[in-house]
Order: sequence, then C-alpha cells, then structure tokens
Amino acid sequence: MDALDLARWQFGIITVYHFIFVPITIGMSALVAGLQTAWVRTGKPQYLRATKFWGKLFLINFAMGVVTGIVQEFQFGMNWSDYSRFVGDIFGAPLAIEGLLAFFLESTFLGLWIFGWDRLPKKLHLATIWLASIGTLLSAYFILAANSWMQHPVGYAVNPDRGRAELHSIWAVLSNSTTLVTFPHTITACFLTAGAFVLAISAWHLRRRHQQDVFRPSLRLGAWVVLIAGIGVLVTGDVQARIMTEQQPMKMAAAEALYNTAKPASFSVFTIGSLDGREEVASVRIPSLLSFMATGSLDGEVEGINDIQRQYEQTYGPGDYTPNVPVTYWSFRLMIGFGLLAMAIAALALWTSRRGRAPTNRWLWGAAVATVGMPLLANSFGWIFTEMGRQPWTVFGVFKTAQSVSPSVGASEVATSLIVLTLLYGVLAVIEVGLVLHYARAGAPEIETPTDDPDRPLAFAY
Amino acid sequence: MELTTVWFSLIAILWAGYFLLEGFDFGVGILLPVLGRDDRERRLLINTIGPVWDGNEVWLLVAGGATFAAFPEWYATLFSGFYLPLLIILVALILRGVAFEYRGKRDSVRWRRRWDACIVGGSLVPAVLWGVAFGNIIRGVPLDANHEYVGGFFTLLNPYALLGGLTTLGLFTLHGAVFLALKTDGETRRRAGRLAARLGVPVIAIAGGFLLWTAIAHHDGWGWALSAVAALALVAGVAAAWARREGWAFVATGASIVLATFALFVMLFPDVLPSTIAAANSLTVYNASSTPYTLKVMTWVAVAFMPIVLAYQGWTYWVFRKRLTVRQIPVDQSPVVRETA
Repeated sequence: MDALDLARWQFGIITVYHFIFVPITIGMSALVAGLQTAWVRTGKPQYLRATKFWGKLFLINFAMGVVTGIVQEFQFGMNWSDYSRFVGDIFGAPLAIEGLLAFFLESTFLGLWIFGWDRLPKKLHLATIWLASIGTLLSAYFILAANSWMQHPVGYAVNPDRGRAELHSIWAVLSNSTTLVTFPHTITACFLTAGAFVLAISAWHLRRRHQQDVFRPSLRLGAWVVLIAGIGVLVTGDVQARIMTEQQPMKMAAAEALYNTAKPASFSVFTIGSLDGREEVASVRIPSLLSFMATGSLDGEVEGINDIQRQYEQTYGPGDYTPNVPVTYWSFRLMIGFGLLAMAIAALALWTSRRGRAPTNRWLWGAAVATVGMPLLANSFGWIFTEMGRQPWTVFGVFKTAQSVSPSVGASEVATSLIVLTLLYGVLAVIEVGLVLHYARAGAPEIETPTDDPDRPLAFAY
Repeated sequence: MELTTVWFSLIAILWAGYFLLEGFDFGVGILLPVLGRDDRERRLLINTIGPVWDGNEVWLLVAGGATFAAFPEWYATLFSGFYLPLLIILVALILRGVAFEYRGKRDSVRWRRRWDACIVGGSLVPAVLWGVAFGNIIRGVPLDANHEYVGGFFTLLNPYALLGGLTTLGLFTLHGAVFLALKTDGETRRRAGRLAARLGVPVIAIAGGFLLWTAIAHHDGWGWALSAVAALALVAGVAAAWARREGWAFVATGASIVLATFALFVMLFPDVLPSTIAAANSLTVYNASSTPYTLKVMTWVAVAFMPIVLAYQGWTYWVFRKRLTVRQIPVDQSPVVRETA
C-alpha cells in the first residue's frame, strides 16, 4: 500500500471510531439535561438518581469523544496537507468557529457541571448541562457545514494563480442546502443512538427487576426517543436522498448499484451478484422505491452509473469517476436496516411495557439489550456510505482524494501512525466498554444528604 | 493594522493562553509522583485541575483551527512536516485526558498506578515537545520552493530546539508547583511551595539562556524588550515563591510564560515558518495567509465571541477558587464491590 491508501485507511478508522462517541455525547447530554430538569421541577429523587446514573455513563463516553477529537483536527494538516492548502480559505473557518463557539462551551460548562454539584445553585447547575448540550449541537453544525461543503461546494471560486479554492460567501457555506438537511439527519440519528443506549441498559436492569423506579421510566423514555428520533431520521433521510440525487447523482446510482438508467427504478433489499458486482444472480426488489427515494415520484428516472461516468468523462476529463460499488451498495442498506431494526425493537418494547406491564419473552429482552449497538453500526455505515460514495473526490467535482494527501509524509510514517493509533484506540475501546459495563451494572446510586461542614468531601472528585 | 498581522497576533495570543493555562496543568501532571505521596494526595492534586483542564486544552484546538483558517499554508506545512512529533503529542494528550477521567473509576491499586503513569508521561512529553516545536519554528526548518518540509525527524532535534524543550518543561513545572501551592492547603501546600522555590534558579538559568540565545539570533528591539520583561517576571515569580506569596508567584510565572511566548512571536514576524535552505522559501504572514474576505469574517467572529469565552472561562476559575485539602477527597468512589489489586 502506498502513502495515499494508508492515509485513507487511517482517516476511515479514526473517524469512524470518533463517531462512535460523538452521537452518544450529543444525544445523552440532552437526555441527561432533560432528566435533571425533571428533578429540579418535581423534586422526585428517582429523577436525580437517573441523572447521576446516566450522567456518569455519559461522562465515561464523553472523555473518549474529546481525546479522539483532537486527532480529527490535527489530521487534516498532518495527512492531507495539499487538501488543507487547497481548501483552507474555506474549510478552516468552520473548524475554527467550531472551536471558539462550541468546544469552549462544551468543555467549560461540562467541567462546571461535573464538579459543580455542591458549588452552584440548583438552577444554575442545571443551566451548565444545557449549555454543554447546546455546545455539542453547535459543534455538529459547524463540522457538518465543513463536510457538506466537500459534498456540495458553494460560495467559492477557484483562484488559478494561487491554485486554491477561495471563499466568496460564508453565508452560502453556512446555509448550504446540504448542511441544512445533513444537520437534522445527523442530530436525529444521535438521539436515536442515545435512546437505544438508555433503552438497552434499562432493559438489562428491568429483566433482573433491579431499581424499577429508576429503570422503568428510563426504558420508556429511551424507547420513545428511539421511535420519535427514528421517524426524524427517516424523514430527513428522504429529503437528503433527493438533494443527493441532484447534487451527486453518482452516489445515488452507486447506492443501488444501478449501472443503467432506469425509469421507474426499483430498490433491491439485497442482491447476490457476481464478484465484480456487475451482474446480478438473485435479488429481492421493491418496485419503484428507488425512483421515489431519488425523485419523489414513483416513475421518476434514475440515472445509472454508466451514463453518469460518460458525462463526467466529458466534464472532468478521462478518469474513473465510479466509487467502490459493493461498499456503497451494502453500507447504504446496512445504515437503513440497522436504524429500522432499532426502531422496531423500541416499538415492541413500548408495546410490551404499556400500562405497567413487563415483557415476558426473553428474546425480546435480549433484543432490547442488543439495540445499543444497532444505531452505532447504522451511523458508521452512513458515514462510510457518504464518504466512499463521494470518491474519487474530496471536494466533489473540484479536488480529488489522490491530490489531497501530504506529499512530505512517507508511507512508513503513515504506517507508523496508523498502527500506533489503531492499537491505542483498540486498547482504549476495551477499557471504555469495561467501564461502561461496570457502571451500567452497578445501577443508580443512592442519594446522600448534603451537609454544611466546610471540610465535607467534594460531591464529585476524580 | 493589516488583517494578516491581526491574525498573527491572535494566534500568538491563543498559544500564549494555551501555555499559560495548560502550562500549569501539565506541571501538576509532571509533579504527580513528586508531590503526591499516596493515592489520596495524588487525587487531591488531580482535582485542583479537574474542572478546568479540558477547557484549557481547547486553547490548543482553537489555535490549531485558527491557523488552518487564517494561514492554511502554515498549518499544512507545519503539521505535515512535524508529523511524528505531533503523533507523539497526540498519543500523550489522548492518554492523559482519558487518565484524568478514568483513573478514579476503579478502586484498584494497579489500575490507578497505570493511569498515574499516563498522566505523568502525558504531561511531561507535550511539555517538552511544544518547546522543541516552537524552537524549530523560530529557528526555521528546511523548506523547499513549494514550502514542503524536506528535513527528517532528527532535523528537529537540534540543540537550540532541545533547549526550547527544556525551557517549556522547566517553566510549566515551576508554574504547576506555584499553582499547587496556591490551590491546596496544609502539608501539600507547604511542600509545593518549597518545591517551587527550589525549582526557581535552574528554571531561570534555562529559560534565560533560551531567551538570550533567541534574542541574540534575531536582533529585534521589541524581541529584546519582551524577552527582558519575561525574564524579569520570572525572577519576580521565583522571589515571590521564596517569600511564599503564592498569588503573586502564580501571576508572575503566568506573566513570564505569556511574555516569553509573545517575545518568540515578535521575533518570528513576519515569517511564520522560516526556511533554512533559502529565505525565498520561507512561509510568511503574506504568502501563507487566507484571503482578506476570510480573515475579515474570522475577525468578526473572534471579536464577537472571544470576550464571551474569556468571561465564562474566567468565571469557572472563580467558582472553583477555594483551596482543596486531602480531607475533601471522598474516600472511595466506586459503587460496586471492590476488586483486589
């Protein structure tokens, strides 16, 4: 493998890994803030216990999101220096704004929340977790604006003398149609992820009849969040598919492995094809669904890979403009499939736990616990799809991945960092999961009554 | 003032803020095995920076992001050129950050000892390497006509840059000791104060030597003046540490870190990364910068939001202003059956 391939593997591995923790952080910060609000408003101790329990799991996860986030910001310069030179005038701004507006807000107010239980008045302390939660949303907005610009570059012009893209309108970048639909799609997916996290751990406790006063409401909260957020993901995903078909028709064609233009186009739930993916052996198809997803009409025409490839050769010159079709085809299906599966289990959990009932089927209990991983897989496949589907471009139609890599960083250096970071992340994953399980099993803590002794122990300490 | 100069200054301020704030929390990490005699005392030291270390680290992220936005060529050349040292820094910062959060989460001697090692190493390594990196930025590195770094890993390990590494290590350790004397009480406070006083002279010698070397190499009036004031602030800080005036000592060591950073940036200007091969290959604020439009947008954002950030971050320090003692460290945190070590 050359430096380019290694750098791409590294980007894929560390970014997918980072995005395991991000959605849990975004979703859980709001859910914990909601539980704490319920406690402040009603004074019921089970809400405080739930806040502390879910808050602790949220923090174990947050730490990983923070430290892996540093690598994210550094790697553009480290591994993709020619990309950074080309897009820095545009792409750097949302990153810097993200740091200034979002990272400071998240980290400062989360520090206040963690250590402020006995230092701040109740309502002010509640405000700190809400501010941290707003910080996570702002962060998502700016980084998605940066990513959306790569999918659909707007508000810029290429300056041939400097050999770079230059920003003409920050407003165009921040109100990019791609950003406006990607943001709600991603945020609803984050809530789906957090809902599944809460649902799964609550189910584990309820099955053992532990602390039902805390985990019964938690189970129902988690399941409702999965369902409502899931509907949001579907609706926004539907709009996104149409925008994507307009802006990156090749990605939509690759999502279906549709080689020849079709009208109407069917959607295959799965396909068994020849090894190169060009011939179909067997498939299960839903008529007209792809037409509907891509165009909003049941008999809309969807362009095929071969036609788009020909057009692109005319526009951009000779070259291969087709992404890796098996990867886009399967990641698209797995994204949708895992999301729908999580929603189905949440609906079952809600139905079987209605009006004080408890599910009796042990398969359902098992499925509810397994739900924790489904949105994480769906999120990962979603990013793999959208990034692999844009290939061979980093900035669609403007700048290619092969042009983006750092010329001064050799294959051995990238191999070193790839190995070091992968091993480090692997070890940390084992430790993180171990801690989450440890504290998830421990259940909600008892609440101690505070004292006025000036030397009293800190309410929270590392 | 031109916008490129504004952004060069803002990036100098962001690095100065990063070194001022993360400087003492690196120092606390480095001193963990020296001042923390048992687990409870080590927890006390970590908790002095518990609520703030993460916010301190954001200064680095914003400095990096601002460099990307305002001087993309500088960001691209620097980060790809210093690839392996940055990888080492990243690994150190990852281990350190996770260690703070996870160390207390299990009640096992072996678990805590391992995370302690991560905190010490994760603080020590960046404290040295940031100095080495800045030494190389000021001194210049081999850049070709395309502004690509053409040196190797060992090019960066020259005597001047290594002295820079010792300087940041010394300054941050001293700053951390002074901070601990200010933020703890009882026996820990006394030992931290004594250690700060003892570190004073060697740190003055190392940092003074580095600043003198830099100032002689650059013949810059403002550079001389700022270096001199930074050195004076350091001497004042050490004197205050001797006199056990903890608040003043912290202000003075902080001021010396900020002023020394400003001195380095003033002597670097208008270069941002000089080339040792040919002056024409150097990256400067002019040839490395973004367009005036981008700089203008970024300036508005910075003017609008920097004061807000400073206000709430300052408020955090006010909320957690009280000294901590060992008695306030809860005996145990782990809610589950204890594991054997």
